[in-house]
Amino acid sequence: MSNLATAESRRAEYLVSTLWVAENLDNPNIRFVESNEDPLLYSAGHIPGAAEIDWTRDLNDPLIRDYLDREHFDALCRRNGISQETLIVFYGDKNNWWATYAMWVFQLFGHTNCKIMDGGRLKWQRDGLPLVREKPTFEPSAYESGDRDDDTHRAYRDQVLEHVKHHGKMIDVRSPEEFNGTRLHMEAYPNEGALRGGHIPGAKSIPWARAVNPEDGTFKSTEELMTLYGGEADVNPEDDIIVYCRIGERSSHTWFVLHYLLGYPKVRNYDGSWTEWGNSVGVPIEK
Amino acid sequence: MSGPVRLQEILEDLALFPERDGKIEALISYGQEYQHPSPELVPRTPEHKVPGCESEVFVSSTPNPDGTLTFHYAVDNPQGISAMALGAILKSGLSGAPLEEVLKVSDEVIYDIFGRELSMGKSLGLTGIVKMTKHEAEKWLRRR
Repeated sequence: MSNLATAESRRAEYLVSTLWVAENLDNPNIRFVESNEDPLLYSAGHIPGAAEIDWTRDLNDPLIRDYLDREHFDALCRRNGISQETLIVFYGDKNNWWATYAMWVFQLFGHTNCKIMDGGRLKWQRDGLPLVREKPTFEPSAYESGDRDDDTHRAYRDQVLEHVKHHGKMIDVRSPEEFNGTRLHMEAYPNEGALRGGHIPGAKSIPWARAVNPEDGTFKSTEELMTLYGGEADVNPEDDIIVYCRIGERSSHTWFVLHYLLGYPKVRNYDGSWTEWGNSVGVPIEK
Repeated sequence: MSGPVRLQEILEDLALFPERDGKIEALISYGQEYQHPSPELVPRTPEHKVPGCESEVFVSSTPNPDGTLTFHYAVDNPQGISAMALGAILKSGLSGAPLEEVLKVSDEVIYDIFGRELSMGKSLGLTGIVKMTKHEAEKWLRRR
């Protein structure tokens, strides 16, 4: 099977269409999960039967800069009626940016039976499919995850430093202005600023949204993605790749594309990202 | 906070919902009250566009005989429900208020309205709507 054919088959494995979702709404083995930036969107209308997982309230530790621990992850799954066998289909606003971020956190706890609804809320609404305001209730599950695995999909600052020393492959998914250091924060995100501008030495600049068709929020074709990442970013399946942005959310979108849609086995998201690197003392920076 | 009485009343009403779900429902009700203004009322020009707001919001105002303003908010993103809710709240809470009072409104009023669980991008966009409203008031004050 060619690389393209293999990637096409992976795409079918990890992306579902809005039509597929509409046809599987009553499937008891699937939980549809909406994850948005806008806190009002889910309550204003969501896919029938979908649960909401909120990135600040549900996925982040309220005190320290970290994700939820095993105990809280299990509680989150239990109250949403998610068992270890449940297939979770994530979707959301902003081209599924927050949906891929939620899915990435689920990978830390080993829940790999996940897919993304291609196009997210935007595509669902454009297809004229129904949204309801009624919030579902779920029979609590007995979910028990393993320990959180911070090695497979996540990178810490010191690991990134080692990666730099060994000339490892990296993709910076921020805007070109952030990459070249002329802007210290994403245009709409001033609080995520840093004391220094630029990028981690050796990183290639591929803004995350280049993986998306802007008109309907769907992912670009496999061929286009292979050209973008295999060609322009010069990353290959055998590479150990680290992706980063400013706080690790935009880069979770690129992590999904590389690891799940293109099948690159070793892709880690550096969630400390530029807010950590650009404020750290003594780390190398390129402009 | 100090500032327009009507806005204060709205904030007090929202404060009656200590639980997140109740407050969200109240905010969605405001979002549903939002009425899209005509393009003539809110020109889609750079000077009226809220910077940093991904919901594509434009703000304008029309003068009232008593020297106050009626504010208008055009939210062009159909998914921009938080922007619509804020537009409806500011239109109701600030239209007809003395302009000096409008200028006293803190940019951080968005946290009184939506709570602190906002992403940074959402915070900036919503804060920009408040700032643009105050900018409108300031423009009219300068003309006096």
